[in-house]
Amino acid sequence: MTASQPSSSAEDVPRRRTAKLLSSAQLGELTSAWEKLPYKPKATPLRGPETGLVMVRGRIGGGGAPFNLGEATVTRATILLESGTAGHSHALGTDKSKAKLAAIFDALWQEEETRSFVEEEILKPIERRVTAEDRRQAEETAATRVDFFTMVRGDD
Amino acid sequence: MYVAVKGGEAAINAAHRLLADRRRGERSLPSVTIDQIVEQLALAVDRVMAEASLYDRALAALAVRQSRGDLIEAIFLLRAYRTTLPRFGTSVPVDTARMAIERRISATYKDLPGGQVLGPTFDYTHRLLDPSLLRQDDVEEPARKEPLPGTMTRVSDILAGEGLIEEDGSLPDDRPAGDLTREPMEFPMGRDLRLQALARGDEGFLLALGYSTQRGFGRNHPFVGEIRIGEVEVEMEVPELGFAVSLGRIQVTECQMVNQFKGSAKAPPQFTRGYGLVFGQSERKAMSMSLVDRALRAEELGEDVTAPAQDEEFVISHADNVQATGFVEHLKLPHYVDFQAELALVRKMRSDIEAAKSEVAGAEANSAEQ
Repeated sequence: MTASQPSSSAEDVPRRRTAKLLSSAQLGELTSAWEKLPYKPKATPLRGPETGLVMVRGRIGGGGAPFNLGEATVTRATILLESGTAGHSHALGTDKSKAKLAAIFDALWQEEETRSFVEEEILKPIERRVTAEDRRQAEETAATRVDFFTMVRGDD
Repeated sequence: MYVAVKGGEAAINAAHRLLADRRRGERSLPSVTIDQIVEQLALAVDRVMAEASLYDRALAALAVRQSRGDLIEAIFLLRAYRTTLPRFGTSVPVDTARMAIERRISATYKDLPGGQVLGPTFDYTHRLLDPSLLRQDDVEEPARKEPLPGTMTRVSDILAGEGLIEEDGSLPDDRPAGDLTREPMEFPMGRDLRLQALARGDEGFLLALGYSTQRGFGRNHPFVGEIRIGEVEVEMEVPELGFAVSLGRIQVTECQMVNQFKGSAKAPPQFTRGYGLVFGQSERKAMSMSLVDRALRAEELGEDVTAPAQDEEFVISHADNVQATGFVEHLKLPHYVDFQAELALVRKMRSDIEAAKSEVAGAEANSAEQ
């Protein structure tokens, strides 16, 4: 588990999905789920929430050597539940309330008793929203695709 | 020479108060909100993000509002803000082949996999002012159609099959990508650093340089192989987790310029390429960037360096509009002492010339008398 040993063994896949969906959450989605939580866990902040930068890289020609394109704001948080489970969150932007809640839900997702709550009340609704938005955008874009036809002129 | 000048404080305070008033404008009109700027002046926001080299729509919109729409001032504000933040890390390089496409066109292939998709373009509009926008009319919902399955192949990959086009630019593996924000600029620089500088460079400057290559100053016979606009995923390795997490998506514009090339001592006849990648929707900038990227590869490809757009030091040193505006605008700061010195010098030169003239005149008069 070092930074230079990148990505994903099979067991990381569900955790990566959780992190991805939590990063695309809207604050409202997280606060309304928090209100629905029957038992509000105590979460101790270990780091942040704090805002910083990530240097976004591209590749020369699209697939060549990496180069630094420019930075983006990122806000992250790490919390610790009383059970000892740590939760992390990272998302583009500067929303600290979102980062804190996302870290708590990341931790709750790792705990057996609360995993299905996080799945049903947060992850699935976000997944549905993102899929619907992507679908709409793809359909709107597809409507602007050019259908070429050839005009035949003169005698044959 | 700089000398501290005191006494402006009250005037400066009043000037800033006046600025705040003029920025707000007529009080009976509603104040423009950050969300409105993000949604309705989206391309101004994109330009600020690209040239500030910081992707954050809300902050860029705030900068646009604070600067009263002066985009270079807004870019300056956002650049200054970024220096206050720590850097958490570096992203995994974004994969533009897996972009969620909002626009994709090619000027080299009519029928390419995925087709020509126009997206929200100004192209083919008549450039006539639209009086309907004077009113707050409801706007039609966009048309929809079933999307084609599969991802859109990059045009450069299609040509690459035949070996007629050079590959994506590579650099030695052991060489980490250079970072202009961390190391001082040195020439000659690698293509990675040049692309970073161009990506944050002034759109107007790059547009003019790109145009100059088309007009014959470093001609490089370009075709738009492909322009694509859309969202790409940004991922970062997180040591605590041991894998790359998604941070979210950003919108980028990519331009693959394909350039005819007759070959040289260093390279066979083939199509060469210029590359443009810019934050947000910014087609003009991405195209200009790819023209200039290609022009700056003259030496690498064994071409004669004859034109401004091919001169790396000239282009890269002058592309940054925050640096440029800083140096140009510093001229308006007090230079009272410098100017007094110059004034004394000019007076002395004048009086020396006058003295020399009267000496000559005196000598002439003397010789005439004799």
